[in-house]
This record gives sequence, structure tokens and C-alpha cells, in this order.
Amino acid sequence: MEPLSWTGALGTILDPILYIVGPAFLALLVLRALVAGVMAAPTMRTNPDGTLSAVSGGLPVLIPRLSNWVSLALGLLVVAYLLAGAIMGAYGAGIIGGISQQLVPVWLSLIALFIASFTFKRRLGLYGKLFDSTIGMVGFALVMFWVFTGIYAGLDMLITHDPLSQVSGMKNKGPGTPLRGAAPEDFQWYLLGGDNLARDVFSRVLSGSTIVIAIAPLATLFAFMVGITLGLPAGYYGGKLDTFLSFLANLILAFPVILLFYLLVTPEIVQTGLPQFMAVVLFFFPLIFFAVLIHSRYRTQPRKNALWLALVLTPLFLLYMSAINGEGTKVNIWPLDFFDIPPGILVVFVSVVFVNSPTVFRIVRGLAMDIKTRDYVAAAQTRGERPWYIMLWEILPNARGPLIVDFCLRIGYTTILLGTLGFFGLGLPPESPDWGSTINDGRKLLSIYLHPALPPAFALLTLVLGLNLLADGLREESLRD
Amino acid sequence: MLMTALCLTFIVFFLTNLYPNLEKLAKNQGNFRMSDEEVATFLENRGYLQPLPIKYGQWLGVLPGYSIVGTDGKLREKCRAGEDITEPQTAFCGVLQGDWGQSTVFKDTVSSIIATRLGLTGNLMLWVFLLMVPSALLVGILAGMREGSGLDRSLSTFSITTTATPEYVSGVILIAVFSSSAVGLKWFKGTATSAMEGANFENFFLPVLTIALYGMGYIARMTRASMAEVMTAQYIRTARLKGVSFKNIVVKHALRNALIAPFTVIMLQFPWLLNGVVIVETLFNYKGFGWVLVQAAGNNDIELLLGVSVVSVVVVLVTQLISDIGYVYLNPRIKVS
Repeated sequence: MEPLSWTGALGTILDPILYIVGPAFLALLVLRALVAGVMAAPTMRTNPDGTLSAVSGGLPVLIPRLSNWVSLALGLLVVAYLLAGAIMGAYGAGIIGGISQQLVPVWLSLIALFIASFTFKRRLGLYGKLFDSTIGMVGFALVMFWVFTGIYAGLDMLITHDPLSQVSGMKNKGPGTPLRGAAPEDFQWYLLGGDNLARDVFSRVLSGSTIVIAIAPLATLFAFMVGITLGLPAGYYGGKLDTFLSFLANLILAFPVILLFYLLVTPEIVQTGLPQFMAVVLFFFPLIFFAVLIHSRYRTQPRKNALWLALVLTPLFLLYMSAINGEGTKVNIWPLDFFDIPPGILVVFVSVVFVNSPTVFRIVRGLAMDIKTRDYVAAAQTRGERPWYIMLWEILPNARGPLIVDFCLRIGYTTILLGTLGFFGLGLPPESPDWGSTINDGRKLLSIYLHPALPPAFALLTLVLGLNLLADGLREESLRD
Repeated sequence: MLMTALCLTFIVFFLTNLYPNLEKLAKNQGNFRMSDEEVATFLENRGYLQPLPIKYGQWLGVLPGYSIVGTDGKLREKCRAGEDITEPQTAFCGVLQGDWGQSTVFKDTVSSIIATRLGLTGNLMLWVFLLMVPSALLVGILAGMREGSGLDRSLSTFSITTTATPEYVSGVILIAVFSSSAVGLKWFKGTATSAMEGANFENFFLPVLTIALYGMGYIARMTRASMAEVMTAQYIRTARLKGVSFKNIVVKHALRNALIAPFTVIMLQFPWLLNGVVIVETLFNYKGFGWVLVQAAGNNDIELLLGVSVVSVVVVLVTQLISDIGYVYLNPRIKVS
């Protein structure tokens, strides 16, 4: 069988257009920046009714307009590649087609999500407002692309080959190489080539997204629980408690992250059970958080209080015990163990939470110190509300804007940290398809073979970029209120 | 500050002195087929099994170094390691006395290793700062002087992209584009090993660029935000109404006030740069401070690791101090009373 080309038959029509539109787009982008920087803004003309309008013509007006049209054309071209590719598949449209066809469930989910969000835009609060800003939408699309990819790849839907299996004769083969000795029911190509152990790069990148999507948001959420539970009282009460907690936070922040990872994640330390004890402490914070949250609200209604506490805390407690308890490890005290977290994942998770929470603590503390001087807090104090009620039901909801933005940014940072861990081969098993490990594997032969290292690098780049853009869009829209 | 440094080194000391780590150390130094009892006597003879606070005190130099007659009848002392001695003697030899100990991986004194490696990394950092700070400030000021313009959008997108690209991603992409034979440009070298003797543009630019790019976006965004804020201030409007040219407003009126916030950010970039240094030195095989950190941590070289962490913690704390002091000097509204 022939190796696939990048665009196949589709390329004979679309490629020439791309060769014109692509360079034109880049040239106009540079030109636009230059024009905006060097030349003055378009001169204004006062109309008889007192309004201003730009004098039409001239480079400062023409070039942005032209650039907008060309970027629209480029966007349409990309959509055409993906759409035609999804229909024609690898036989007709080469590697792009093959990839696009594999990702059809992701495209459909993305389209459905965007249509639904646009329809109910006005009823969705801050989330709906996101769809007013282009940057926010682009970021959201990138993030959701990887979220859907991660979920579907985790359900075994998108990947073409087993990410761990090696096929002889496929070592370091370039993108689009036909699979040697493929059975008729197998997928016939390695779409993005094979790595130095003859595994499929495409499937590994997709499976890597599952690991990131599973760990990064959850770890960030835990870091937020820890940071909020400690940061609110530190900011609200101040005094000795604040001094002590801030000292601890600065202590962790002064540590070089990589040194901390090396100290926490080595197999010898795992043997001592230290990460597990840290998990015992860190995973307990969500329970405290929810218990205090509910109790402070329904303190005066004992029946409702007990009901809600039981409803929320029982499942959380069972999850907590299952998470920290492990057969044959240092923490083995609880009989009802539903699942075991693989020790590698647990260590990585714990260290990422540990590194992130001091920063969250500092942010929450700063916000709490700012908000506690507001009038509504004084009103609540005059009403005789308890301190925890004020912290969790008056201060926290009013701090949500900056916290949501930081949450997005911090997921991106956590993704980078996970990649760093993989890059140094810490924690996760060496054959794991996460992006950091794959980049580390691929970089060793980088001067000859580019295809094993670049796809995970671009995957990580687009996900983090998407999260940053999303945070930017959210910040813009939440400031607009 | 002193308290922080003491706590941090104690944590490192505690983590490196956990028994499985010591066992690994013993097997690395002795031989890999030692039984558990042999490991225990090996460690006992070399003072590793003393109580933790005592060991820490010895390392710090506030307690006298150990002097142990081993089970093999040989006398070993911390302060005269490796020497053949018969007479026990009490002596202090810790960090306070300037004795940083002996590296078990490099077979050299910790102070000399750190001195040479820190010099190499200092060279790298110098060039990173020379590249990063001016270009980040330029990008930030250009973007912030006309908020919302086309120039602002393109430069902001650029800085968001660089902050979203960690060093191990941008480094890989840069190596792939500029130095691999697959693309064929081959403008620069993919390793910086030769830059340790003589750094030139060809072998040193890529590592410098890789670190600078990641830090640059953040500084540029901070500068942009602070510049945009200054440009809406009353006194700028007054200057405009007086008819001062736009160039003069930016250069003479806005610039100094806009640079206060980025100064703090630049100073606080040091700890982050240390991360970047570790990654880039591993990626480009440049044997500096970050590379030593990886080697020491990977092989549980206790005293070297402690030396490395002391240095990095001191760097972090000193930059925090400088940033606080500098802030006071730059901002006339804050007075030290």
C-alpha cells in the first residue's frame, strides 16, 4: 500500500489556494501591526450632525479590512479541509482526512455545544457572555476540543491503535506510513508515524489528552479547596493565624518546583508512604470545606442541616477513604475500598496540588482582605452572622470573578507542571502516553525525526493557549458588568 | 528570611535522609548486592543513622561533627572524611564554617562544584535577561500605549502564546525548526555543550531564546496592563490637551510611571527562571546549575542537594528583598518610616 500524503486528492484543489492565502495572511498580519504602530490612526471628519467618521481610504483603513477578509478566507479553507477530510477519509484526503475522520465525534460534539450555547446565550450568565468575545470563543473551542478528545479517547473511540503496542517495522516511520502486516479490520496507517519504539504517535497523543483532562482540572480544584479553606480565615481574621499560614505558603513558594518534585516523586519516597500521608491531609480539605459551607448556612435549621450534611458528606467520605486507602500500602485501615489510585498517579496528583495551593491561598487571602471592608460584610456583622457564614456566603461569592479567571489560568499551569513531571520522567510509568513523557522520548532523536516529538508539543501548546485565551475572554467579559 | 532558609533546608534534609533514600545511597556507593544488615552497618559507620536533628546540627556546624569507631574498627570523622586517622578529635565543620561537604556523585567538594556550575548558569541568565527584559518592556509599552488597537491585539496574542508555551515545548519546536537536519535550516546548534567553553551566537542563542520567550510574555503583559492604566491617567490627558506630541507623552510622561509594576515582576521572575534553567539545561545538555540539581536529586547526593537548595533559596529570598527595596525607591508614594 502507498504511504499517505498530507492532503491526498483533496490537495490538488485546495493546496494551491492555501499556498496563496497562507503567505498573504501572514504578510498582511505583519503589515497590519506595522501600520498600526508607525502610522497615525485614520484621520477623523466631523459630520454636520456632530458625529465623527473615519475618512475612508488610505493604508490605515485599507489594510485591516483586507487582512480581515483574508483571515476569513483562511478560516473557511481550514474548515473546508476538515469537512471534506471528514467525509472523504484517509483514502481520499490523505493524513488530514484520516485525522479529521477519526475526530468526527469531537467535531459533532463541538458543533452541538456551540449551537446550544448560542441559542441560550442570554440565559447562561457569565458563560453565555463568553460568546460575545472572539478571543474567549477561540479559547473555549480549543479547550473543549481537547476535553472531548480526552473523554472520547478514554472511551476508546478515537484512537486507531493501542497506544502501548509496538508493531515491528514501524520504528521511526514517517507520518502516513501504511501499517506493516495489517489485518483487514485494523486501521491501515500510522497517521502521524511511529515513535522510536514503533508505537503509533497519533493514538499516543490522543491518549495523552485523557491523562491531562483527568488530572489537571481535578488537581486544580483540590488546590482551590485547600487555598480557599485556608485563605479565607487568614484574610478575614488576620493576626497570628495569618502570619503563620502566610509563612507556610511562602515557604513552599520559595522552593524551586523541580527540586520539590524530585524530592517527592522518587520511588524511594513513595516507598515511605509520604505522598500518601500528604494525600490524607490534602484530600481532607474538600470535606472540611463542604461541611463548613453547609453547616454555616443551615445552622439554625437543624433538620435541613443534618439532611444536607448527610447527603453531601457520606459520598464524599466514602470517596475520600477509597482514595487514600490502598491494599498493601502504608495507609490500609478502611475495609470499604471501592477503587485504588495507581501510586504513580497519586504521587503526581498530590505534588501538583501541593505546589499549586499556596498561590491560590495568597490570591484568596488578598481578596478576602479587600472584600471584608465592604459595606455588605459590615451589614452581615451587624446582623450578628457567624464569621464562617460571612466568609463562605458573603465574601466568597463576591470574589468569584477573579477566582474563575485564575482557575482557568491555573489549569493551564497545572498542565505545564504535569508536562514537566513527564519530561523529567518522574511519577508516571515510562511507557505512559502523557505529553511530557512523549516529548522527552521524542527529543532524543529530534535532529533526524521530528514527528514523534512535535505532535505532543503542539497538543500541549494548544491546550494551554486555549485556557489562557479563555481566561482572557472571561476576564474581559466579567469586567464589563 | 533566615527562618525560611532554615526551615527549607531542614525539609530537604529530612526528605533526603529518609531511610529508603539512604539505602539507595549506600548501595550506590558500596555495591548493589549488599544485604540489609550490610547496608545498616555501612550507614551506621558513616554517621548516617544518628538522630535527624543531630545530623542537621552537624551539617549546619552548630554541633561537632561525628566521630565514630565503626564495626570494622576504623575511626571515621565527618571533618576529616576520607583520611586515615586514629586519634579522635572534636571539630565543627558545617555550612557555617564554610565546609559544604563532599559530593558523592562527582567526588568533589560541594563548594567547588556549585561555584563552577553557578558561573556557567550565571552566564546563561545574563544573556537571558539582556534579551528578555528589553524586548518584553518594548512589547508591553507598544501594546499598552494604544489599548485596543490592532498593534495591541497582535502583540497581546503574541505574549499570550509565549506564556502558554513552556520551555520544553518551545525548546523542542525551536530545535526542530532551526537545527534539525529534517527541516534543513541548521542555523543554530541543537546542543549547548560547546557553549560551556566558548559561548557564541550559534551554540548559545537557542537556549537563551527558549528561556527568554517563556518569561517574556508575562513581563510584557504586566507592562502592557500598567502602561494602559497610566495612559488613562489625568495628567496624561492634561499633557494631551496642552498639545504635547504622542511620542513625547509616551517617552517623557508615561514611561517612568508605567515601569514600577514590571520591576517587581521582573525581580519575582528569578525563581521561575530557575525552573526554566533546569529544563533548558537538560534539553540542551548545558552542564550548569540546573543540570547539577537534576544529577544531585536523581542520585540522592545529600550534601550537594542541600548546597543546591541553599543557593536557590537564597537567590529567591534575596530577589524578593531587592524587589521590595526597589519598589520603595521607584515609587515616590511609598516612604520608609
